[in-house]
Amino acid sequence: MLAEFGLAALWLAAALAALQMYAGLFGWRQPDGPVAALVRPVAVMQAVLVSGAFLTLIALFMRTDLSVRLVVMNSHAAKPWLYKFAGTWGNHEGSMLLWVTVLAVAGAMVALLEKRLEPKTLVATLGAQALIGLGFYAFLLIASNPFARQLPAASEGQGLNPLLQDPGLAFHPPTLYFGYVGISIAFAFAVGALITRDVGPAFARAMRPWVLISWVFLTVGIVAGSYWAYYELGWGGWWFWDPVENASLMPWLAATALLHSVTVLATRDGLRAWTVMLAVVAFSMSMVGTFLVRSGILTSVHSFAVDPQRGSFLLMLLAIYIGGALALFGLRIGTVREGNQFDPLSREAGLVINNLLLSVLLAIVFIGTLYPLAAEVMTGDKLSIGPPYFNSVSAAPALILVVLMGVGPLVRWRRDEPGAVARRVLVPALALLLAAVIAVVIWGGKIGILPLLGLIVAGGTAVASLAPLAKRSLRRTPLFTWGMVIAHLGVAVSLAGMAADSAFMQERLIAMKIGDVAEIGDFHVRFHDVRPVAGPNWTAVEAELQVTRGSSHIVRVMVPESRQFWSPMTETSEAAIATLWDGQLYTVIGKADGAGGWQMRLWWKPFVTLIWLGGLMIALGGLLALIGRLWREGGAEVWKNWRAGRGRVAASGAAR
Amino acid sequence: MKAKNQRLILIVAAVVAMLGAVLLAMSGLKDQAAYFYAPSDVLRSPPALDRDVRLGGMVRTGSVKKLADGVTIRFVVEDERHAIPVEFKGIVPDLFREGSGVVAEGKFVTPGQFVASNILAKHDERYMPPQMAGDKHKTGRVS
Repeated sequence: MLAEFGLAALWLAAALAALQMYAGLFGWRQPDGPVAALVRPVAVMQAVLVSGAFLTLIALFMRTDLSVRLVVMNSHAAKPWLYKFAGTWGNHEGSMLLWVTVLAVAGAMVALLEKRLEPKTLVATLGAQALIGLGFYAFLLIASNPFARQLPAASEGQGLNPLLQDPGLAFHPPTLYFGYVGISIAFAFAVGALITRDVGPAFARAMRPWVLISWVFLTVGIVAGSYWAYYELGWGGWWFWDPVENASLMPWLAATALLHSVTVLATRDGLRAWTVMLAVVAFSMSMVGTFLVRSGILTSVHSFAVDPQRGSFLLMLLAIYIGGALALFGLRIGTVREGNQFDPLSREAGLVINNLLLSVLLAIVFIGTLYPLAAEVMTGDKLSIGPPYFNSVSAAPALILVVLMGVGPLVRWRRDEPGAVARRVLVPALALLLAAVIAVVIWGGKIGILPLLGLIVAGGTAVASLAPLAKRSLRRTPLFTWGMVIAHLGVAVSLAGMAADSAFMQERLIAMKIGDVAEIGDFHVRFHDVRPVAGPNWTAVEAELQVTRGSSHIVRVMVPESRQFWSPMTETSEAAIATLWDGQLYTVIGKADGAGGWQMRLWWKPFVTLIWLGGLMIALGGLLALIGRLWREGGAEVWKNWRAGRGRVAASGAAR
Repeated sequence: MKAKNQRLILIVAAVVAMLGAVLLAMSGLKDQAAYFYAPSDVLRSPPALDRDVRLGGMVRTGSVKKLADGVTIRFVVEDERHAIPVEFKGIVPDLFREGSGVVAEGKFVTPGQFVASNILAKHDERYMPPQMAGDKHKTGRVS
């Protein structure tokens, strides 16, 4: 009964999305007319209905309703409740339902909260948003119905891929989806503004919070995904250039560019067409990301099953949306007047270079990710593009980008004097020089050229990213400036972690017997014991390693595990990771070697934690910028009114 | 700067940047792409010795041998027509089994000996690399 309720809610929501699209795209000319008046309430109703459908699916998973096909395929009564819950979106259908739910809820938020945008542009925006949603409703209802029944009911479910049975799963995919959806809202704003020819600062200010919030989610999603792969896969790496990782990186790169150009449009009314184009690119990348992950077209941990119908459906959606957006852009952009001018030496020019370098990186990742597919379709060659390509090709543009990131915020808007810029850049430049001298003297010739450059650039930009605070009252510095400083500092911190890990990482692979001691870095790892353990739906072998450092006593007891799940039959390694102030010791137990020993893999990874710490700083910076902007553009007023209102109430109470 | 000029300059800059990116990517691809070979592909046209390739097939039953150091293994990857000995130092992935599918990344050190730097195995019983699934279909139709 519950499943039918969910399906009905989903169909109704889809119908409302069609109505919203019609009312928005045909009603915007008269924003006060009866047709346009439908748009907002319908957007809210649609969100309520599709949320109902999603909650229904969660309920079906929590109850392990084995008459629903999706539950049978992906769940199991013996699973811990958290994974039953998270398993709702740990599969294709459920994750697509989550996608449209978030999209509809975001649309409802635009309908309820957006007050500054011109009414006709808002109506057109919501129409465009419904059009995006409609494609995904069609996809769900036609090609991937999550509520399909299986009769007669199965006696037990098939379980969830054990690799995905991890708290990271409850968190990582939805975070990325929020990011993708936020970008599609930003794109809907761009389409709305193109339709009504209203590309200007007001539109940019309405779009900016959505760009910021989706960028924060994408950042957090990428950081979480990277850490998840690091501790769960047991390979000691933190980024594999896996197509699915790239599927989240590409929208992030585009959103980063958009984030910087939308600021130019909002504050200086420049880069109008440029910003709209970036919104189109960012949306295309989030669609490509969804396509790569959901069509099962790539060889990857993340592709669930190869299903040509779904793949071609998504490809068609992708072509329609991206083609439509580009066509609209081509038709309308001629009528968008050029924004304000700027000098070649100005903040705007710096942000243009930022956008160009980010686009270059995006193109490199895009080509590397899709080339194997294109080659197979065209020539039948099967090939794979791995880390050697991505690392060697993207390193130079990325390092240049980070260096310029240090300089950009020190340049004034509109126009600046070379001498003045040189004075402001002096201290960071000296820091860079100092870092270079120190690094070359200590490590020159001992570590690779890229890690060396990375350490130098990280040192220089760390100082440079703090420079915008110089000679300012820290208390009066606006929150969004703090956001920028923290995010830029985060880039330097993250880069330092990446460089330190690849320069100084040590790795050992050995067979150990009980009582053996292995040395790595200045650690002694003693293999103390090995024993079997059992969990709710797995059994495991765990090793006890006693770790000492230098001449000190036991620093940590580490317990790596090798787990055997029985539904489905799978093994996973649970690495044991000891986090110390200057890095992480990472241990994995392998197989018994048949002669009384066990394979052990040990890594000492100095300062590797900085990678994720920096990533979180980037996300925090975005969050502060978002709060600062919302405060400056309306939040402060609302707060003042509310305080004033309370004051009146208090005064009238006192008078009585 | 005139209004028209600035837009033109931006467009030119964008085009140049994109061209640069494509050229950079193409030169990288030429050096770094790793081709996928089934054992019978190696028989037909062996890859260059120093080049990174992926070798995909089935692990021959009874072929997995551990060396004395406890961490190096040797096994044979085969398909219907050909078989190639592979050496790998490391912990094999959890689902590496005899008689099961495998993709080994690495190089041929001599024409008959493959040294893997990385082993990919399927992650659950439903998962199979599409490249291998494709091969199955092909051979299925032949036989």
